[in-house]
Amino acid sequence: MSQPNPSAPTLGPGFWEKFALLDRRIIFAFIFLGLALPLFYTIRQPIPVSPEGRAYYQSIENLPAGSKVLLSFDYDPPSSPELQPMAEATFKQLFTKNCKLVVIGLWPQGPQQAEQALATALRDPRFKDKKLEYGVNYANLGYMAGNEIVIQKMNADIISTFPSDYKGNATASLPIMRGVRNYKNFDFIINFSSGFVGTREWVQFCVDRSGAKMIAGNTAVQAPENYPYFRSGQLKGLLAGMKGAAEYETVAGQPGKGISFMGSQSVAHLVVILFVILGNIAYFVSRRKW
Amino acid sequence: MMRREIPLFITSVVGFIFVIRFFIPHEPFYSLEDVSSSWIQVIQAFAIWLGILNLLKVSLDKIYKKERGWGYSGVIIFSFLAISIAGFFFPLWEERPAGYSYLQHAREFLKPGTSFDWFYWYVYSPLSSTMFATLAFFIASASFRAFRARSFQATLLLLSGFVVMFGSVPVGNVLFGWLPAGWQVSDIADWVRNVPQVAGQRAIQIGIALGIISTSLRLILGLERAHLGREE
Repeated sequence: MSQPNPSAPTLGPGFWEKFALLDRRIIFAFIFLGLALPLFYTIRQPIPVSPEGRAYYQSIENLPAGSKVLLSFDYDPPSSPELQPMAEATFKQLFTKNCKLVVIGLWPQGPQQAEQALATALRDPRFKDKKLEYGVNYANLGYMAGNEIVIQKMNADIISTFPSDYKGNATASLPIMRGVRNYKNFDFIINFSSGFVGTREWVQFCVDRSGAKMIAGNTAVQAPENYPYFRSGQLKGLLAGMKGAAEYETVAGQPGKGISFMGSQSVAHLVVILFVILGNIAYFVSRRKW
Repeated sequence: MMRREIPLFITSVVGFIFVIRFFIPHEPFYSLEDVSSSWIQVIQAFAIWLGILNLLKVSLDKIYKKERGWGYSGVIIFSFLAISIAGFFFPLWEERPAGYSYLQHAREFLKPGTSFDWFYWYVYSPLSSTMFATLAFFIASASFRAFRARSFQATLLLLSGFVVMFGSVPVGNVLFGWLPAGWQVSDIADWVRNVPQVAGQRAIQIGIALGIISTSLRLILGLERAHLGREE
């Protein structure tokens, strides 16, 4: 390693060598400020919509009014900042089109996340006159253990797979479930997922076997593994992370949490990029013989 | 001997049922697959209990032996008891709707306003979200230390990382707004995600699928026995 040169300028190797060993708590402090401060300000930024985000919106928009849609909530609270805004905006768009919604969860926490998203959507003044009723316009069948086996069993018989709903009612007694046997009785399937069991299993065990049409909302970390399914047409649309939520809110004309959180994400990305650039400068300067 | 052969036989039969059902979607394979799926579901549900009991055993052992970090095990036991009591026994201290039996009321543990619901939204949800959120800090710190242009491949990774990071936030297009239409940083990021990334993912997924097929065949044919433990 080169020795610091006393005649070097202030930002000489000594400085950069020290910078390369920067205390991580300083980086943490910058990230904290980068994430927290934008939450107190309204930062208006034009949000470009990706083809997969536009396809997600358009797929729902193309559904005939009154279509029956199955939604699977396969995530837990840590992923809710990314997935909850998507879920809320999706419920709103589906209710606008008078769709009948059946919710399930393959993660134990999924149905509770769905209940929260439903409650938020139902508070929207646009749906006050529609008098949306539980069991008729929407239903939550709750959680079922078994991961991909549940997806497979639903292809045979949904009611025997979910004998009772989230509230303890017999699933067969719900008016919305009348005439529903398997995926063929749903016009569309939507999956929100943050890992296993999730979108990949839905594509493999539901879409490929039953030919169902499906779109998905994923966390940014998970989305890359599902891009091939979007490219192959097995997924009709895909939202990736908080950016995906913001894109969907933009194209659907429903500004919400996704758009408002983009300010924080923008600044945090800039901070990380800045530190990576400075880290590389430190690396090259430290390697140089002064 | 029977301890190995019976599990091997069950594995083989169930494996064959699923394979045959895929190619011949008719009775009796249809019903056989349904029964096998139900068994798997029951086993998985029991596995949750097994996991809970194992966690309790490990945690209690740690506390008993006063091993390093035993305090955390105490927190696990306390949290487990607190949320279990809130879930199973809340009708004891909460007002029961008229005409409801204890069990009827207990089934509604997920309803908004119950003790379990309170724990979920005001304890579990913020704590688990906090744990996940700390990742942002560690990723930033790790990127600073590890994301170096040490070689051509590393430089390529670094540049594509920059493009995707800039392209994933609206500020990227604001900073690079001078780029021609169709070449905006978000367009380039979309291309990276949809072309080279997809090619890589496909290669990985095809590799995984081939691995699963060969391992499954070895399991079904009884050639793979590692899951049965060591032979005595």
